[in-house]
Amino acid sequence: MTITQSPGKLTDLFQLGLDAPICLTWELTYACNLSCVHCLSSSGRRDPRELTTRECMDVIDTLQRMQVFYVNIGGGEPTVRPDFWELVDYATAHQVGVKFSTNGVKITPEAAARLAKSDYVDVQISLDGATAEVNDAVRGAGSYATAMRAMGNLADAGFRGFKLSVVMTRQNIPQLDEFKAIADRFGAQLRLTRLRPSGRGADTWDELHPRPAQQKQLYDWLVAHGEQVLTGDSFFHLSAFGSALPGLNLCGAGRVVCLIDPVGDVYACPFAIHENFLAGNVRDAGGFQAVWQTSDLFQDLRKPDTGGACKSCGFYDSCRGGCMAAKFFTGLPMDGPDPECVQGYGETALAEALASAAPAPRPSVDHSHRTAPSRTVVPVTITPRRPPAHDCDESPLAGFSAG
Amino acid sequence: MTFDLDHAWRVDPRVSMRPEPFGALLYHFGTRRLSFLKNQRVLAVVRSLADHPSARAACAAAGVTAAELPAYTRALAALADSNMIAERTPA
Repeated sequence: MTITQSPGKLTDLFQLGLDAPICLTWELTYACNLSCVHCLSSSGRRDPRELTTRECMDVIDTLQRMQVFYVNIGGGEPTVRPDFWELVDYATAHQVGVKFSTNGVKITPEAAARLAKSDYVDVQISLDGATAEVNDAVRGAGSYATAMRAMGNLADAGFRGFKLSVVMTRQNIPQLDEFKAIADRFGAQLRLTRLRPSGRGADTWDELHPRPAQQKQLYDWLVAHGEQVLTGDSFFHLSAFGSALPGLNLCGAGRVVCLIDPVGDVYACPFAIHENFLAGNVRDAGGFQAVWQTSDLFQDLRKPDTGGACKSCGFYDSCRGGCMAAKFFTGLPMDGPDPECVQGYGETALAEALASAAPAPRPSVDHSHRTAPSRTVVPVTITPRRPPAHDCDESPLAGFSAG
Repeated sequence: MTFDLDHAWRVDPRVSMRPEPFGALLYHFGTRRLSFLKNQRVLAVVRSLADHPSARAACAAAGVTAAELPAYTRALAALADSNMIAERTPA
């Protein structure tokens, strides 16, 4: 008899879903001071239908009842909500831990001092280039300086182990060691996540997503750094290169994670803001709990995978067909290979999808700034208000250990 | 590591335990790590650690047999390794 269980077995168990998510991503607002070109929620402008403070507290009460361990709060830029700190305090006072993603705009020395005092709040600073040049091309002018200042404030306040969160792109994969050095300098932990073709990322995917050789470089780097570097378990598609990466190698959408968006819509995952992945709304009768436990969509996602076109591939047990959202927004079938399949099947599938002439689905929701600068150069000097995409973080099982 | 069954243990106060049909999920707010218990009996053992003078006594009270004890010891050792449970001074 064994009490401990191998991660492989655990994957089988989680595949059928849990009574409550382990953690979930909750985007508090679509408002953002930036306009990152790869923002997975196409954020920019606040939506007038966003949940009120009272409604947010009701959601927190539900999460407490369901014993959701923590929420990954994002946006938009969550800290621009006037009730942001009030909601953080409310959550932690109700046994719901908070990890929030920010571009750092509101992380003043005072805010940093307050954050450093709590065991139940963690912070992720988003930075997508180890140099201002690489970062600001994606996140907007000045965003590198903002993030560095925020990290300086956290470090000065004595906050150890906050996260430096990076979405891996073609442009920044050569900077892996530099990102690690930045994290080390601030006493932070590096967290790397996968770029998805979601939100505005659908428009920039072709320019930003890593080349095949870079995928291998990233995999080797992740293997070399092991558990020192967090990944939100988002690179499980790379496990088909060889040995599995640490964490849960399984798509957790609707099984162990989900997304609540600013207007209360519940989606299967933060990368899938599209009506096809919309399970319900927290304002519906029964609230979030009913959506999680009884929605048709989530029930369906919890059925065992068949493997589809990938079933005969020898690496299927490693990658499980990859990321649902990455397939969906590149126009690939759900039961086939990931567009970045490291065995090369994704490229073949993409070529076939392109030949079929059926356009890839578009994100359903867009709150981009109407005045966001176009990406072509215009002959006037304005400060570009581009973007933070907060990288989504449901990393349900990051750092998971079997006990 | 070796696990001292005869010592008094307790669940770390920063750990949240959530019962599941298969046993339980544990989350440590300090290390931000997740762990899990595979069955109801090991959950009963872990939950009652603080009420017994030793881990051995907690196992016995939960009905763990001598033959099963090595497996439970390994599970407790893994939980101690990840700081989910810690030694305490017996009352």
